[in-house]
Order: sequence, then C-alpha cells, then structure tokens
Amino acid sequence: MTMQAAAPDANRIIARIAVDWIPLALVPVLALAALPLVGSAPTWVTLTVAGLAMGMMIFMMASGLTLVFGLMDVMNFAHGIFISVGAYGAATVLTRMRPQMEAGSLAADLSAMIPAVLAAIALAGLLGWFFERVLIRPVYGDHLKQILITMGGLIVFEQLIHVVWGADMIPLPRPSAITGAFILGEAAIERYRVLAVIVGLAVFAAMWLLLNRTRIGLLVRAGVENPEMVESLGYRIRRLFVGVFVAGSGLAGLGGAMWAMYQEQVTAQMGMQVLVVIFIVVIIGGLGSVGGCFVGAMLVGLMANYTGYLAPKLALGSNILLMVLILLWRPRGLYAIGKA
Amino acid sequence: MPEPLLSLRGVNTHIAQYHILHGVDFEVPRGSLTMLLGRNGAGKTTCLRTIMGLWRASAGSIRMDGRDITRAATPEVAQLGVAYVPENMGIFAGLTVQENLRLAARAGEPEAKRLEWIFGLFPAMKTFWNALAGNLSGGQKQMLAIARAIVEPRRLLLVDEPTKGLAPAIIANMVEAFRELKRTDTTILVVEQNFNFARSLGDAVAVMDSGRIVHTGRMDALAADGALQTRLLGLSLDSHQ
Repeated sequence: MTMQAAAPDANRIIARIAVDWIPLALVPVLALAALPLVGSAPTWVTLTVAGLAMGMMIFMMASGLTLVFGLMDVMNFAHGIFISVGAYGAATVLTRMRPQMEAGSLAADLSAMIPAVLAAIALAGLLGWFFERVLIRPVYGDHLKQILITMGGLIVFEQLIHVVWGADMIPLPRPSAITGAFILGEAAIERYRVLAVIVGLAVFAAMWLLLNRTRIGLLVRAGVENPEMVESLGYRIRRLFVGVFVAGSGLAGLGGAMWAMYQEQVTAQMGMQVLVVIFIVVIIGGLGSVGGCFVGAMLVGLMANYTGYLAPKLALGSNILLMVLILLWRPRGLYAIGKA
Repeated sequence: MPEPLLSLRGVNTHIAQYHILHGVDFEVPRGSLTMLLGRNGAGKTTCLRTIMGLWRASAGSIRMDGRDITRAATPEVAQLGVAYVPENMGIFAGLTVQENLRLAARAGEPEAKRLEWIFGLFPAMKTFWNALAGNLSGGQKQMLAIARAIVEPRRLLLVDEPTKGLAPAIIANMVEAFRELKRTDTTILVVEQNFNFARSLGDAVAVMDSGRIVHTGRMDALAADGALQTRLLGLSLDSHQ
C-alpha cells in the first residue's frame, strides 16, 4: 500500500494552506499607482516591461543567494563574482560565434545563445563549487569570517578576471533576433526585455516545481527552516548545501549572462555593482524565500524604472526606501521563513 | 532487566567554555521506556543532544546496540534507527503535516498501514493533513513531532519534554500514545519534568543533577518512595496530586 491509499479524503480536510497573496498583489498595485504619475500609457507600458525584465534578471541572480542564506546561514558577499564570471563565459562564446549571429536567422542566434548560456551556468557553477569547498567550508557558523573571506575572494577573483580576459570592458554582441523593439499599440517594447521576462518566469517555474514537487525540494525547504532537524532525520545537509550552492552559483551565472546581454557589455565589476540591489531583494523577500525573492525582484525592478523616469535623482535611493517601507510593514521580509 | 540498547559511560560534554555533562553513566534497557528526570539545568537536554550527535562528547563513550556512536555524526545516528523529538518539537512550520511526515519516512513514502496507525493515535494529523504545520496548536505540533518520529519503525526514540506547556487533555492523549508505542516494544528514552506523566509510563528511571546521574532504578520504586523523590527532585509525588 502507498501513502496515497491512506491519505485523508480531500473533502474532509478542514484546514488548507492559505497562500499569502498580499505581497504578490503589491506588484500590480505599484504598477497601477505609477500609471497616473507617468501620465502616458505607452510610456508606462514600456517602463513596466523594462521593470519586469530587470526584476527577472535580478531574480535569477538573487535566488541562489537567498537559498544559501536560508539553508546554511552563510553570508556570501562573493556572489557577485559568479555573476561576472557567468557574463564573461557567455561573452567568450558569443564573441567567437559572432559570424553565426550576423546570419540573421533565429536558429543561428539560438545556436550561439544556448551554448553561451550553458557556458555561463557551467563556469559560475564550477566556481561556486570551488568557493564552497575552499573558502566557505572552513568558516561555517562565523558570520564575520564569512564576510571577510567572501569579500576577499570577490576581490581576488575580480583581479583574476582581468588576468584571464583583460582589464578592458568587452562589448557584447546581442543576437540579431532579440535586438530592437516591436510596437504594441503605441508602446515600443524591446524584444530582449520580453525574452528576459520569459526566461525569468521559466526559471521561477522550474524552481517552484523543484522545491514543491520533488523530495530534494522538500529537503531544501525543510533545511532552510531547521537544518539541525533535517540532520536528525538522517539526511546529510552538507551535501545538500553543496548542491544548492553550486546551483545558486549557476543561476547567478545565467543572470550575469542575461544582464551582460542587456547592457551589451561585460566588466569584472558588474557583479559587485549589482550586489547591493541583490541584497535588497533578498532582504525584502525574506531570507531563504524563493517566492519572496521573486516578488521582491519585481518590485525593485519596477521601482527603479518608474523613479528613473519620474525623478532620476531619486533612482538610487528608491530601492532603499522600498526596503525600509517593506521592513516597517513586515520586519522579516515579504515571505518570512520560520527559522528554528 | 533486559540487555541495554543504549549505554552511556563517563560521558562529558562541553558547550563552548561550559562543562555541562560530568561523566554521565546510564543505560536504556531494550524494549523499555526509560524516564530521564531532573531539575531545570540538570543536563537532560544536553544528554539527549549528545546521544544524537548534535553536541560532541568530549570524553566517555556512547554505545548503541554494542556499536560505538560517540563520534558519529547526527545523520549516522539517525540512520541507525534513532528518532529524536527535541524540546521545541522541531517541526517544519512552512511544510504541511503531510510533508513533515513524508520527509521523516526515509525509505520513501510512508506506508498506508503505518499512517492509519498514526491517525489512530493522533486523529488531528488526519484532519489537518494538508494544513501548514506552523498553523497547528501547541498540542497538535507536539503530536506531529511524535508522529514524525514514529512514521517508520524506529529502534530508539529520544523525546525531550513531550508534555511541556500542554493542556491536561492533550497530556492524557500523549499518555495513551506512549502506552500504544510501548506495546510495539519500541525502546524509548523520555526527558520529563511532569512526574505524574513519568510515573504513569516509565519502566526505568535515571535522575540527573548538575550534569551527573544521581539515581538509576525502576520507576515504580521511585514513585513509591516519597523521601527519595524529595531528595532527588525537590518534590514528592504527594505534592503533585
């Protein structure tokens, strides 16, 4: 007999999981609140798509970090280097495949982009494995040492990027199929931003399925709450952590590749530059919460684009303000994890 | 007394600069329910955590069924068939009741027959099958913590203060559940401060004070000796009634 045979009849279940929709509702609320301020509907559509695209790329970069924070309480300030290395990995492949991308066909573009993205994920994942094994493993449980050693690692590997790829900024060719914009009504929408939204949604859906529909996901969610109890049930949490760390680094690499193609350039500092926004997203979402990270990233992306248009001088501080407001409302983030 | 399933010899445990256990010696007989009693701060929880490998013994030895587990990592101890219910219950609040139980079933999905048995012990687990564990009441959380520990047959259950903060009706439910567990010949070590609960279930008893075992014997003998209770625990059974 299986568990299904004994599972209670769904009709007899009194209590069910209540999904907290309020944080998710903040996304359309913020977008609609910006509409009268922006004034022009086409401009608002363009800004909203840009904000969502930025949010999705930030989500890809931040989702691994929030799991690492949640699962093993590790403060990894080196996360930015996985973003940079992923971007350089993609840039290396795309630069070599430039002739294919100039052919102008979608198939040719994909034949360049897919290997580029895979290279970004593999390179960043490999570096993540090295970081966990060499730098982070000796400093489990010591936040101060974690901050110092990961910051040091970030600086050293930024310099190593200069050694391998050179100190100059590398211009990144964007495949022709995702270059330019299309017109929707009166709004101009960049093709690349739509692609970023699609990829971001696909990554979120894959992570949601992995976390909610598999045994590994069940272990990760339990480990984020109470790693000691997971060990007491007979599971080796360290092995799980290495897997999550490598996967999170790979996702940061994917985000880095997407971010680099968005900016059409690659620098060693790009990961470091986006790190502050990533930390804001992780804190807003609730440490360890992938769903919170997703909502937080969309809010940050939208806020940055609306304020960048309405009050450019406030753009830098707008996300700090957003974080303050959210933490005043929910001090442990949008979707706080009940850590033991 | 039957041959011990678990034995501790001269176990010392340090937590940071604090020396908590000072040469703890006691045995848990196979198939019995042993109560570990003592005042607050006596070292009972440290003792369970040391057995479980959550804190490392700095000296002495812990043997489970003849095998030395003093230096074993927590997952290794669990894989030997030891289940642990901590004082804070350790349930995963963000997971449903169902997910908490599925996670504890290391062999895969829990067996339907076993689940029916658990639902018989704790009907609330069936009622709240798809509810988030964090939304359960204190008593239901304790039931879930114990249900999770027994979702598969275990060789040894370590349970830390199962009645802490529970209403009398829930405690009565717990007593029944432990009686049913005893009928399955499961070896159980329970840390407890509720002497009535301990008396009604315990076969053997060990009493701790200041990180040492100060008494071992049969539970019924301690329950019958008011003077000994007063000396060991500071209270006699009479004052509990």
